[in-house]
Order: sequence, then structure tokens, then C-alpha cells
Amino acid sequence: MSAIFWVPAIVLVASAVWTVTASKPVYSVVALLLNFVALAVLFLTLSAEFLAMIQLIVYSGAILVLFLFVIALLSSGVAPLSLGPNRLPRIVAPAAICVAVALGLVLAGVATSHGIPAPPRAAYANAGSAGMPGVFGSVGDFGKALFTTYLLPFEVTALILMVAVIGTIVLAGDETPYVASRRRAEQNRKAMREAIAREGD
Amino acid sequence: MPLWLIVLIKSAILLFIVVTSFAYAMLAERKVMGWMQLRPGPNRVGPWGLMQPAADAAKLILKEDLAPRTADPLLYRLAPFVSLLTAFSVYAIIPFDVTSAGTWSIGNVNAGVLFLLAITSLGVYGISLGGWASGSKFPLLGSVRSTAQMISYELGMGLALAGVLLVAGTTSLDGIVSAQRDLWFFIPQFVAFVVYVVTAIAETNRVPFDLVEAETELVAGFHTEYSGLRFGLFFIAEYVNMLTVSCIASLLFFGGWNAPFGWTWLPGIVWFLLKVAAFMFFYIWLRATLPRFRYDRLMAFGWKVLLPIATLNVVVTAVVIALKG
Amino acid sequence: MAMHKRLYNVGAILKGLSITLRFMFARKPTVQYPSVRKQHAPRFHGLHELRRYDDGKERCIGCELCSSACPANAITVIGAENAPGDRKSPGERYAARYEIDELRCIFCGMCEEACPTDAIVLTPRFEMSDFRRGSFIYAKDRLLVPADGGVGTPPDERPGGIPADLGGVAGKKSTLDVGSGYDATYNGSLLKTQRKGLTG
Repeated sequence: MSAIFWVPAIVLVASAVWTVTASKPVYSVVALLLNFVALAVLFLTLSAEFLAMIQLIVYSGAILVLFLFVIALLSSGVAPLSLGPNRLPRIVAPAAICVAVALGLVLAGVATSHGIPAPPRAAYANAGSAGMPGVFGSVGDFGKALFTTYLLPFEVTALILMVAVIGTIVLAGDETPYVASRRRAEQNRKAMREAIAREGD
Repeated sequence: MPLWLIVLIKSAILLFIVVTSFAYAMLAERKVMGWMQLRPGPNRVGPWGLMQPAADAAKLILKEDLAPRTADPLLYRLAPFVSLLTAFSVYAIIPFDVTSAGTWSIGNVNAGVLFLLAITSLGVYGISLGGWASGSKFPLLGSVRSTAQMISYELGMGLALAGVLLVAGTTSLDGIVSAQRDLWFFIPQFVAFVVYVVTAIAETNRVPFDLVEAETELVAGFHTEYSGLRFGLFFIAEYVNMLTVSCIASLLFFGGWNAPFGWTWLPGIVWFLLKVAAFMFFYIWLRATLPRFRYDRLMAFGWKVLLPIATLNVVVTAVVIALKG
Repeated sequence: MAMHKRLYNVGAILKGLSITLRFMFARKPTVQYPSVRKQHAPRFHGLHELRRYDDGKERCIGCELCSSACPANAITVIGAENAPGDRKSPGERYAARYEIDELRCIFCGMCEEACPTDAIVLTPRFEMSDFRRGSFIYAKDRLLVPADGGVGTPPDERPGGIPADLGGVAGKKSTLDVGSGYDATYNGSLLKTQRKGLTG
């Protein structure tokens, strides 16, 4: 294993630890960003160019930005300590046991299984030209797999996301602010007219 | 020579070129905007003001570096460098010409367009972290605006580029350019081109989408509290981003280094740079012409106009290509 | 919004772009100021000047009318009786002190109008910049024209025309000891002594 693996790997683990131990939520976001970038680099070393780029575009470029957006809006004036006691130390031991068990199971599964096919050597030889159709990890292969072999999961995911989007609209935006403000103004005017009518009597 | 040394030398040369072009892009902007506003523009430092960038650099470097007491000490200092890093790292894959010696670029990534999108999507962090870390109201508002704006317009931009990828059938940048040998993509992908130009302006926070800075409302937006060299870094990042989107526009829509009308008496790189310069001029021209968008209209325009148009363009392009075989 | 209205907006943007492009090549009205100096209108309101009569006597008789006419309270005059042997002005009195705070002055010319002897006039000089606030208090040493040069007529009617040394005034330093502060007066009465820190 060379530096191209070890450097991102160490950064990955270190930034993951920083993410959960950071004192400010924004530091957690920055640590997570570092984590995602290191992960993208690791994907690149596995010649999964497309996955690496999607990792950056979707997770770093969109999801994490929304985290930052929410944190910047909500917690700008809140000191981290006033949010409550730090319960993290209490769950460290159980969490470590859980992770160890899960990791052990995965390793055991890998060691005993014969079903995971390794990509052919020729694919590694061509790894530098991913992005061309018919090469391991390429955009074309990715798309083909997504729309043939994994079509059902893909469509189900799309449906779930659609449900989430519609749900958000139902929960958050039943009427536009403009309509709401006009309705409020109308109500105010009505109340004022009635008040004036009462005063007049 | 070992590979890393070649890459290092190439990077140093390209860094020098990009920084110089930034300096003169800034001067060109001040000059052209001056002319359009019936003024001569900066003309005191050196002949025709050509040494103005050097004077500005000296000023920014020598200025006092202030940090507000409420600023976050780490992120306030980190943010300008994040901006600059993302702005420069795009140039690792931008090809400038293809000659018999090979492609003129630092690295030739095959998922080139995706790499561009990935890096530009990281560009928002410098701005939003800088605004947040300033610990002050106007920068915070600027950074919140920038996050919302950049996410919204990134979608339209990605979809506009997807149309080009479909026509070219590849994600590598020099592949896309060589696919335009006969017909530049702004003709078959005109809709995508228009959407790209608009979203690119929004992504670089330029007029008429400079809500992030909006000096009439937010003083200077996210960099209100920055001074001296750190402000200068944000400044460099903005102009380098402008150069980047101009490069992408000329690579993806205007045939990169392909000469128009078969005029090959100029080398390809000259044509490429001319196209980039034309886009830069267009940016400046727009800035001298248009007023700023209102914030809600900016969001409505991105989500309700550009995104549907770009989606429709992708669908139509895909159908046409599928029918053609 | 209707479709044709949106298209109209695009047309408006294109129109705006064409206007800015046309202006880019238009002739620029800018004057390259320090190297090219524009001739001011003869009655431009600039720095003040205290004039003399042809025989060299000061016109100012210390009547303080300029001071009371001044809307910005920029002028301080303290008059004194002329000594019989050494008359400074033809009248009974003369201005022992005459100070104008040019930072307060709004260059309206009311002092000129109020002056019964045409002593105070505004010249077209305007380059008075300095690094110290105190040096903007012009006293008689800088306001009074020298006894030898063009004393009888207002600046814009002098034979040589408007003085060419437009930038010359800033070079002359006041004899007022502005370093140790100065007395703030209003219509001759002392308001406050020794305002310090004005020189910085």
C-alpha cells in the first residue's frame, strides 16, 4: 500500500473522529467535508471516477451545504455548551462494541464467501481511461447497470424521493407567502371596518 | 523526468498564467466598465494604467489584516484559502490545446466535466464559511444567500452540461472539443448554452446575480469583515472562477481550440484564449448594463424557469439521440 | 406573466447591452485633472482673499458684517482701533485678527455680498488639501493679498486674468500656532480655548 492510500485513509479516519468530537457544529461540517473529499480520493484510487465525482457533487456540493445552511441559520448565536450536557462519553463504549461486532461480521463474511467477483485484471489495466464506454467504473457502465440490472431499485428510490419532496411541500408550503399576507391584510381591514362601525354606534 | 516533477512544473506555469490573467482581467473590467460609464478608467499607474494590478497587489498585501473579535479564529482564516483552492484546482484538468505532442493540460481526466462540477460545487464553502465565521450580521446574510443561490443554480448548470454530454457522448473535455470539429455545440444545444451562461453568472456571484455581495443591502456581503490580503484572496477567487466558467463555456459550447470557418492560420490555443476573452468581455459588459435581481425573483427564476428549461432540454436531446440510433 | 412580456424583457436587456456598447466607444468628457487643468468660471467660489486699496491699505475695517452674514459661522473677526501714526486701513478700525475656518466654509459667497468695502472676495483657487485639520484655519497672513500684487481689483478682473497659481495656497503655512490648539471664537467672543488635537 502506498502513500496515495494511506494519506487519504488517515485523513478519512481523523476527520470522522473530528466530526463527532468537534466543539462547534460548523467544525463538524468542515470535518465532514474533509471526510467526503478523502473518501472521493479513495474512490479515485479504486478507479471509480464516476463514484468519486458523484460523492463530491452530491454529498459535499449539495447535502453538506444544506447542513451548513441550517447550522448558519439556527445556531449562530448559541454557545455549544448551552445546548445541554455532552452525552457522548457515555455512549462511547457501547458504540465501540457495536462497531467492532459489525466490522467482525463483515470481515467474517468476506473471509468465508466466494461469491464476490473481483473485477478482471484487464479492467484495472484500463482504469486510467474510465469514462469511456465499456470500461470498469465508467459513466456509461454505471448508467447501463442503473437502468437495466438495477432498474427496479432505481425507480423505487426515485419514487421515495418524490414522496419526500411532495411531503415537504404539503408540510411547509400550503400557501404562498403572498397569498397569506394578502389574506391577513384582508382580515385586518375587515376587523378595522367592524371596529369603526362599532365606534360609530 | 519523473511524473510528479512534470506535473509540478506544469502547475507552476499554469498558476503563473492564471494569476496574471486574473490581474489583467481585473484591470480590463475596470477599464471597460469605465469606458461604458464614459470615464477613462485607471490610467495613472504605468502606461495606460497597465501597472495598476501591481499597485493593487502591493496595497492589499501591505494593508492591515483585521479580524473582528466575534470572528471564529480558525474558519475566518481558513475560508479565503478554501475559496482560492477550489478556484485554482479546476485548472488541473482544463485542456488548452491538442497538438501532435499531446493534450496541453496538467491532468487528463476522463470524467472531466464531472470533475468540473464537483470542484465548482465545493466553491460555495469558502464563501459561506467566510461569511459565517466573520461573526457579523451582513456577512452571515451574504453567506446564507450564497448557499441557497449556489445550490439552486448548480442544478440548472449540471443539467445544461448534461445536454452537451449527451450530444458529445463522452465526459472527457478534449473528447467533447474534438466532437465539435464540424459543428460547435452552441447551435444544437442553444438552450443549454443560454441556461449555462445564466447559471454560470449566478455561480460566480456576478452582476446581475451578485446577491451575495449586494453592496446596497449587505455592505459587501460575505467579505464585509475581510481586509488586506484575505480580502485579496476572495477577490482572486472570484475572478479565477470567472475565467474558469469562461473556459468551460468555450470548451463545451464554442469548440475550444477549434478554429472557426477553418481559419487554422492561428494556432488552436490562440483561438481558445480569444473565446475565453470574449466571454470575459461579455461578463463585464453585463455588469455595466444590468441592475441586481431581487432575491425572491432570483430563486424563482432558478427553480421555475431555468431548471425546467434545462430538464426539458435534456429530455428532448436524449429522445433525439435515441431516435437517431 | 405572459410569454410575450417575458420576451419583451429579453428585448429590453438586449437594448441595454447595445446602449452600454455604444457608450464604450463614445468620447469621454473626463479631464485628466492634475496634468490638464480646466479653466474655471471667472466667478467660481473658491478660497477667500482679503483685498487692499491701490495705496496698499487694507480694505477691511473690522466691522464683522461678514462674520454675522456667514451661515456656517466660519469667520472670526476681531477689530481694533487704527493707531494714528500707523494706519492699517482708511477707516477708524481695522481687523486685528481675521480667521476663516475653510473646513466649515460652504463657499456660498455671503461674506462677499455683506462686505461694505469689498474687502473679502472669493477667488477661483480650490486646492487647499493638507494632512492637518488645523492648517485649514486661514488667518490674515494667508488671506491678505501681498501689498505688491494686483491689489485694487477683484481676482477675476485683474489684468493677468485668474491667478495661475491655483495650487499655490496650500504651500504657504499659517503663522497661527495650530500645534498647541487655537481659540474658538464666535462673533468675537471666546467660546473655548485651546482646542487640542486638531493638528493630527
